[in-house]
Amino acid sequence: MVENDRWGLLLAHLILILGVAVVVFPVYVAIIASTHAPGTFLQGVMPLLPGSHAVENYRSVIFEGRSNAGAPPIGLMLWNSFVMAVLIAVGKIAVSLLSAFAIVYFRFPFRIFFFWVIFLTLMLPVEVRIVPTYQVVANLGMLNSYAGLTVPLIASATATFLFRQFFMTVPEEMLEAARVDGAGPWRFFKDILVPLSITNIAAMFVIMFIYGWNQYLWPLLVTTDDRYYTIVMGIQRMVTGADSEPLWHLVMATVVLAALPPILVILFMQRLFVKGLTETEK
Amino acid sequence: MQTKRMTFSSGWLPYLLLTPQVAITLVFFVWPASQALWQSMLRQDPFGLRTTFVWFRNFQRLFDDPHYLISLKTTAIFSLATTVLAMSLSLLFAVMVNRMIRSRDAYTTFLVWPYAVAPAIAGVLWWFIFNPSVGILPYMLRGLGIDWNHRLDGTDAMILVVIAAAWKQISYNFLFFLAGLQSIPQSLIEAAAIDGAGRFKRFWTIVFPLLSPTTFFLLVVNIVYAMFDTFGVIHATTEGGPAQATHILVYKVFRDGFVNNNLGSSAAQSVILMAIVIVLTVVQFRWIERRVNY
Repeated sequence: MVENDRWGLLLAHLILILGVAVVVFPVYVAIIASTHAPGTFLQGVMPLLPGSHAVENYRSVIFEGRSNAGAPPIGLMLWNSFVMAVLIAVGKIAVSLLSAFAIVYFRFPFRIFFFWVIFLTLMLPVEVRIVPTYQVVANLGMLNSYAGLTVPLIASATATFLFRQFFMTVPEEMLEAARVDGAGPWRFFKDILVPLSITNIAAMFVIMFIYGWNQYLWPLLVTTDDRYYTIVMGIQRMVTGADSEPLWHLVMATVVLAALPPILVILFMQRLFVKGLTETEK
Repeated sequence: MQTKRMTFSSGWLPYLLLTPQVAITLVFFVWPASQALWQSMLRQDPFGLRTTFVWFRNFQRLFDDPHYLISLKTTAIFSLATTVLAMSLSLLFAVMVNRMIRSRDAYTTFLVWPYAVAPAIAGVLWWFIFNPSVGILPYMLRGLGIDWNHRLDGTDAMILVVIAAAWKQISYNFLFFLAGLQSIPQSLIEAAAIDGAGRFKRFWTIVFPLLSPTTFFLLVVNIVYAMFDTFGVIHATTEGGPAQATHILVYKVFRDGFVNNNLGSSAAQSVILMAIVIVLTVVQFRWIERRVNY
């Protein structure tokens, strides 16, 4: 600190506390709303203190769902989201590790060409090529399946770049030593490169898990069978599916359940998360 | 692009290693993108029986279509507002947190977690808070004499989606601004302080210019985010309404392709969006190249 002004510091704290309040406010409101009885919302503005129906509301959304509002029990949707997030994260990491290994440790014709093909994926988010990608997946018979939910999202330029960057910093001596000891490419990859990258893999997993969990448009397109609905897209059906005013206490209970897993991942793995986030953008 | 000094020599192994990624890229990225290009020059009759090749007529029609032009304008307003709001708030927070010593980690933890919230969920959260009949904010605004109704008023709806989209993006920007601030040498700031520059002067003449690479990078990232990743915010809340007040381009592609079944037009819009993403990505990468030379 250059100079010591107590009022400035106090003001800074004040601004930050206000900022944190604004950031936390929507989730606080959601949690409060999820603990009230349905009647509460008919009486006008919602209260700001918790009600007494938390257990009842959460049990109702997890096990029964809102079948009349077009949503299956949340338990299944949570499971689908979890499967989708894990498959995407693991798939992206596996595929990217392999291709980064090929690009860094081999010299072969068309290497640059392949690098550019991978790079392309960075420029084409699902949102800009919705219809043709949907048609491809439909033609392959992958609608309403975990494969359809995950495989098209598995190619990832960012993860490949991250691993390539990291492999470039691995000392040359590692490979030399491994070759002196008679290790082939696969042995080197499995016993040296992957164990060395474990922190990067974990950081990538955190980022990609969140990415997978929060997918919205893609599951909306490729699932019409409610056995494959994911939680984030399921909420939309609860809000707009019924003609009447949404059942806010249940919607908010669902929102809390949908937002909780990725938030917990960030809070418990904050260091890895920050590493993954800041390093993929280099 | 370099490799290691010493490499493995194997004829087929590198191709095998690249196969999964390249196959997925070709099937789900390159092929659909080229399909979009092709379809953007076709027109189907309303029953899907006959398809004719129309060259650039779809694009021409788009730019003659007032709805599309309005959507372009809406997207520009929405992205700009979201970017400015998210970036200025997070810069403010980052500068303040950077002054803290003991409480830095605590504040950081409280500010980063919204990154984990899906855009669609962020939208629903704010939609509920702003709900005209049960929400808290309209109740408070009524006390101030403001009648809030995002179901009828286009401006209210726009403010709602901008707040929801920006709220989610604050944590991302905050982390990058904080990292940028921490990489500024303390000696420069001390030197300016000795020369008698006050806190504000130091910020605008030293910190802010030195932060400009981070700011520029975030500017591009935020525009891309606002243009493409906010589909969920719109779709889960306003659905483009009222009266197309929040009908941004990505949402329009989706509507025209899946609801109105106008494939040619939707494909042409996809192509325009791809062009925008490619331009933004190239801009970003040129900047990264420049940064390496610092």
